[in-house]
Amino acid sequence: MAEDKMDAVIVGGGLAGLCAAYRLLEAGRQVILLERGDTCGSKNVTGGRIYVGPLRKYVPAILEEAPFERPVVKEIVTLLDESSSVQAEYVNDRWKQPPYMSYTVLRAVFDNWLSEKVMEKGGFVIPKRRVDGLLFEDGRVAGVKVGNEEIPANMVIAADGALSFMAEKVGLRKPLAPADYAVAVKEVYRLEAGRIEERFGLEEGQGAAGLFAGSVTKGMFGGGFLYTNRESVSAGIVVGIGAFLEHAGDAEMHRLMDGFTARPEVARYLRGGELKEYAAHIISEAGYGGLARLYTGGMLVAGDAAGLALNMGLTVRGMDFAVASGVIAAEAADEALSKGDFSAETLSVYEKRLKESFVLKDMETFRHSGEVLERPRFLGVYPHFLCELFEALFTIGEGPKGSLYCSARKIAGRYILNWQGLKDFLALRRM
Amino acid sequence: MKVEEKLAINAIKNDKESHIKLDKETCARCAERYCIRICPGHLYSVSEETGEVVVEYAGCLECGTCSIACVRRAVSWEYPRGECGVQYRYG
Repeated sequence: MAEDKMDAVIVGGGLAGLCAAYRLLEAGRQVILLERGDTCGSKNVTGGRIYVGPLRKYVPAILEEAPFERPVVKEIVTLLDESSSVQAEYVNDRWKQPPYMSYTVLRAVFDNWLSEKVMEKGGFVIPKRRVDGLLFEDGRVAGVKVGNEEIPANMVIAADGALSFMAEKVGLRKPLAPADYAVAVKEVYRLEAGRIEERFGLEEGQGAAGLFAGSVTKGMFGGGFLYTNRESVSAGIVVGIGAFLEHAGDAEMHRLMDGFTARPEVARYLRGGELKEYAAHIISEAGYGGLARLYTGGMLVAGDAAGLALNMGLTVRGMDFAVASGVIAAEAADEALSKGDFSAETLSVYEKRLKESFVLKDMETFRHSGEVLERPRFLGVYPHFLCELFEALFTIGEGPKGSLYCSARKIAGRYILNWQGLKDFLALRRM
Repeated sequence: MKVEEKLAINAIKNDKESHIKLDKETCARCAERYCIRICPGHLYSVSEETGEVVVEYAGCLECGTCSIACVRRAVSWEYPRGECGVQYRYG
């Protein structure tokens, strides 16, 4: 009976689910959002930062007052070998003024705030509820099961994160394969705001992002990161699960994390900070080719659950895609509710709109970035090359110094001026 | 700081039952045992008493990495029941 049903049930109180709920409520729909954590955000982890540029037209009201940590005005890139490193900072006066391009964020804080906004709009946000299964009617999804309880709904939006058991249950998600995911480990250190600003060279309230590549992952696909929050610093590493399994060494994930924060290049930012949390999460690295199917009768998949995440090397994205896909899913669901037609055919408008938006356009443009970045030499060889090059250029020993050109030429010849190097260079054109 | 001490800092509400189940026969035959090295919480180990692979589900960070990394599909992993498991306060 249609009148006994909710308009929409949303599985998962992360960015995709909450933004979908918010948009549906704006359209006057009845929404239940089920979240398995104690509060929205309590099961979520980001590095992290969110790029807000593409989001202004999707959630203008939310971005105005959102509890972001700090706007990122400085990018710090560090390439490391086992005992030396080369660091570059990028700053830009224009970035120091609003509108800011990206902000650091803590999800337990941010998602909880967003869930309050959803409740203010009249949405039912129900925490501590794990969705165990889906209800079906006439061959299409028609609600969810929570324990013994059944919640019938005309539309289900699966926003249940990177492991999406909902998408798996209806065959929309591919089986979880090591090559398609990376594992991220993160530590949050409490530090006074003034100390953060002094150490990172920031003005009051502004933030920095750090990227570390090379021996911090033993050359495996992945890297380290640092993000400044208001009164804490997030530090972590990401390693491709496939790369980890293929790696010949005896690396252990928790020790890689220890090794990362022990590096002087990282420790100098964290010194004296008090560890407040140790977190881990997976990230989809499958890119455009690894997306889940995005809809079936009665159900749409949004955010991480759909595999909407993109590693572009110097930038990594996911939260912006989650917000936009949540909003676009809500709009598609709203149209289906108006028509009273929840068939896959009607819902295909969701995929069409995502393709017209920056979400799938960017994922399509960078569809090869995974295979390019995963080339083992990028993280296994190039950081070593740069470190050795700088060592040669800066060193004055006992004997006479060789010409700079000859030294550089010799090192470049060993690492990059070879057939492999040419192939790497050619691969870059695919990004 | 040891990883056990790091886990102790987290807010975790333990369920009575494990949300991670291992297929003991498959684990016994497994030579790689990637789970032991890749789990960020270092929760997998070989039991000194029985020689079996065991997992301390109570400290689980709920990343799901073990179930992806187990190429033999011996890890049955689901989310802990609502109200249980890790509650991130920063995230």
